[in-house]
Amino acid sequence: MGLISDGTTIFDAGALDSGLAKGAVTFIKKLTASSSSTLSFVDGSANVVLDGTYKEYLFTFNNLHPSENAHANFTMNFSIDAGSNYNVQKTTTLFRTYNQENNGSRALLYQNEFDLANGTGFKILYAYGAGDDADLCWGGTMSLYNPSSTTFVKHFISNISGTDGNYEHQHHAAGYGNTTSAVDAVQFKMSAGTIDAGDICLYGIA
Amino acid sequence: MGVISNGTTLLDAGAIDSGIPTGAMTLIKTITASSSANVTFAHGASSVVLDNTYASYLIKYINVHPSENGEQLKINFRDGSTAYDATKTTTFFRAIHNEAGNDTELAYRTAQDLQNGTGTAHLTQGLGTDGDQSASGELMLFAPSSTTFVKHFIATTNTYSDDDYNYTTFVSGYCNVTAAIDGVQFTMSSGNIDSGTFKLYGIK
Repeated sequence: MGLISDGTTIFDAGALDSGLAKGAVTFIKKLTASSSSTLSFVDGSANVVLDGTYKEYLFTFNNLHPSENAHANFTMNFSIDAGSNYNVQKTTTLFRTYNQENNGSRALLYQNEFDLANGTGFKILYAYGAGDDADLCWGGTMSLYNPSSTTFVKHFISNISGTDGNYEHQHHAAGYGNTTSAVDAVQFKMSAGTIDAGDICLYGIA
Repeated sequence: MGVISNGTTLLDAGAIDSGIPTGAMTLIKTITASSSANVTFAHGASSVVLDNTYASYLIKYINVHPSENGEQLKINFRDGSTAYDATKTTTFFRAIHNEAGNDTELAYRTAQDLQNGTGTAHLTQGLGTDGDQSASGELMLFAPSSTTFVKHFIATTNTYSDDDYNYTTFVSGYCNVTAAIDGVQFTMSSGNIDSGTFKLYGIK
């Protein structure tokens, strides 16, 4: 059954008509961490869309908390084979600011050890995990541009605010997947231990 | 009454079914400043939602214009009482360039950050009161209703300053509380917010 109002199709065939203004940001998938070794968004799996439907995809990180108290890193990689391998070459940057709660040090600096030069390993998005306290976590976003292109490399930009113990950290990471194959999956994981808690949400930007 | 099309529920109980893809970013409230001592989004007041309805919240502030020259746009958070005084640690860095074209800088600014302070946090440096001067930007607040974790936020703002510079300022921080954050308030460091548009969005 469909509904046509004043000549405009509102819905048909079990869906709102594509011509209706529904907002440019579409929620696609939320993954909730629970001592998770990895959190993966794979196109075509578990209702995930990560293809040419959208020109831009946005990931939000809400209150992510690691299992390891040590300074484990929050990392990301791309797949071009539906999640069979996460090993796309990437060249990236990372700079950060920090500030200490108790009147200590603060700075703005580029972090050589957290970037990649055509490396296939996981890209560090946030380098200091969270500390011993149960209330410590991080939040932020990562935009991925046109992952389905078979012409261009795949750019991404991430901005994360996190705390480990008594420091505020803001980490700006960016880079490109140096491939002209379509990226069809993205995986997040800690460099050690698991993602103990928190959500990662995926949105499509029309 | 519900509406089922091709076996898919589209409408029921007065709402579009949750399984139907609609916009994930919802405009909750627009506040237009007019010689305003503050601009405040408080959960439960004036149709404002700032709780666990959404995973994260985005606030856009557009053409914020001060009543006094050289004053900064600032922010604070409410964490359980009526006061906007949540403890915060923040970072602040900036890129600057003047209209004369002879001064640039990328630098951390210790004078604008907080170290477990309860006062207002800087989002900008000095705004100008010339008729065409203002600041615009956005702040994202992550999971403010959590009673387990501290509350992170990130803001980026561009300012046409009182000394004819472009200031791009980058701020991040956390409210160092496990109580839910249920209100956000913008003020100028002195004087009023003469004009400007503030928009609160929920992102599900």
